[in-house]
Amino acid sequence: MGQITLQGVQKSFGPVHIIKGADLEIADGSFVVFVGPSGCGKTTLLRLIAGLEDVTGGSILIDGKNVVDTPPAKRGLSMVFQSYALYPHMSVRGNIGFGLKMAGLRKDEINRKVEAAAATLNLTPYLERKPRELSGGQRQRVAIGRAIVREPKAFLFDEPLSNLDAALRVQMRIEVTRLQKQLGTTAIYVTHDQVEAMTMADKIVVLNGGKIEQYGSPLELYERPANLFVAGFIGSPKMNLVTGDSAAQKGAATIGVRPEHLKIDRDGTGGWQGTIAVAEHLGSDTFLYVDAGPLGMLTARYIGELSLHAGDRVSLVPDPARIHRFDASGNALRN
Amino acid sequence: MARKSTTQRVVVSTIGAWFFGFLIFFPILWMVLASFKTELEAFAIPPSFLFFHWTTENYATVQERSDYLLHAMNSIIIAGGSTLIALLIAIPAAWSMAFSPTKRTKDILLWMLSTKMMPPVGVLVPIYLIYKTFGLLDSRIGLVFILCLGNLPIVIWMLFTYFKEIPRDILEAARMDGATIGRELVYVLTPMAIPGLASTLLLNLILAWNEAFWTLNLSTSNAAPLTTFIASYSSPEGLFWAKLSAASTLAIAPILVLGWFSQKQLVRGLTFGAVK
Ligand SMILES: Nc1ncnc2c1ncn2[C@@H]1O[C@H](COP(=O)(O)OP(=O)(O)OP(=O)(O)O)[C@@H](O)[C@H]1O
Ligand SMILES: [Mg+2]
Repeated sequence: MGQITLQGVQKSFGPVHIIKGADLEIADGSFVVFVGPSGCGKTTLLRLIAGLEDVTGGSILIDGKNVVDTPPAKRGLSMVFQSYALYPHMSVRGNIGFGLKMAGLRKDEINRKVEAAAATLNLTPYLERKPRELSGGQRQRVAIGRAIVREPKAFLFDEPLSNLDAALRVQMRIEVTRLQKQLGTTAIYVTHDQVEAMTMADKIVVLNGGKIEQYGSPLELYERPANLFVAGFIGSPKMNLVTGDSAAQKGAATIGVRPEHLKIDRDGTGGWQGTIAVAEHLGSDTFLYVDAGPLGMLTARYIGELSLHAGDRVSLVPDPARIHRFDASGNALRN
Repeated sequence: MARKSTTQRVVVSTIGAWFFGFLIFFPILWMVLASFKTELEAFAIPPSFLFFHWTTENYATVQERSDYLLHAMNSIIIAGGSTLIALLIAIPAAWSMAFSPTKRTKDILLWMLSTKMMPPVGVLVPIYLIYKTFGLLDSRIGLVFILCLGNLPIVIWMLFTYFKEIPRDILEAARMDGATIGRELVYVLTPMAIPGLASTLLLNLILAWNEAFWTLNLSTSNAAPLTTFIASYSSPEGLFWAKLSAASTLAIAPILVLGWFSQKQLVRGLTFGAVK
């Protein structure tokens, strides 16, 4: 079991308020991702759950039991650090087995579990090596091995893949997701890479300035962002946000349209007119960055190749069913 | 652009390195050679380099005139004792400053270092008088004490930099793994700190072994370490080059051997943790 509940969790460092009251319900076995811009408090929130920081207020419940006064080791969680934080003087075997040794397991039992974990992570040939003799990806896997071997109630990951190159990151992303599904263990995963968030998560928590902006499934966040911040943060390229007359016509202060929901019309006269500033041809997609005069820069995405170039005039017609409306304070308007 | 390592460049830099290495090593070589000459040859102009009458009589004389083993023993006790006591004081000090620093930690460290900027001769008279009053002159305890205090700032600084290098994440990982403070110390911190401790120990052993200001001024015979033993051969009645060389060779031999076998640790120590 690994159900985690946050109730009004707050954290200050001295006079600085970092986490301003977080409420969250994480179901057993789910994969929850914290995303948000740098410095918004993702790591801090994760460390509060881990017990590496003490809360200033509120409570953290694991399987219904308040753990704010429980030391980290007794919370039954395990953590994978961004820096891997492997013990440099221990072999891979020693690293993975350290937690079990601390728990007082018998040696043969430790070995059996360590070897099973190593086999799952393709680390068997490296068991006797020291961390410095491993590649970045292998070290990452050892860190994950150290987390899974203890059979925790939940895994906590703090940007575990950010030190890996792009190709390895994609591979590890898939491996971590697969492993979590296979073990069925609750996972909380911090990242500021929204592709990781969208692809890995069952549910995403969008944090901004120490507050939870929205909590929902990736598609919910994509289709029904609760406010301007989430609208701008989720989705790549970013959602186009337009104010003024076009918004007022729809009865909103701001309207948002995703690049993929703008129909590109070569010589139309309807919609929003502009001149292409930059055209990116990826083969699979075409991205157009259009200077639309008073509306500012708009981004449009076309699936497939579209032979338009910088300097061409286009008109962009938003798909009426896909327009997001926001009020003056930035909250979404629902009809 | 990466520099090309042409054969020519390699040859030139190899020759250069050997040249400067030899230049620095030459005085020591000369001293060792002189210790095998007769007093006359040691003085001779032009000096003979390798082709002289090799003799070990200087060593025999030195051993006859003064008790090498006694002085060597004193050196070991004074250098070893002062280093060990300094470590015992410095480890907890550096530890607490590295792992739970406060606002004043940096100031305290700088203040400690600043004490090393004062020339020791500035406090020679008061220290001498204090030692005289308490009967510490020419005593091993007295020398252990003063060298320990003298090196303490450096020991604390070195250990502080090493402890600072131990990543917090690793300690936190150990806490997540369920290690208590005691087990964290035994299984994680100490093994990671050992290289730093070893190089600090070695460097300070050498510093204390070679320390000549306080040992010369505060000891005469009973507690005199090898530095005083060497100095006794540059006497007012005239210099005995060959015997002085023999005494010096005997004095540096132990530390040279120690240094040779612990080169790796020493380099780490001397670079103060700048390279990993
Ligand atoms: N120990 C601390 N003392 C004081 N301030 C802290 C401390 N730890 C974090 N902060 C502050 O709390 C804020 C949130 O930090 P946190 O590390 O949680 O951000 P993050 O969302 O993980 O950012 P990133 O994506 O860059 O890792 C930052 O403004 C940071 O300066
Ligand atoms: Mg962070």
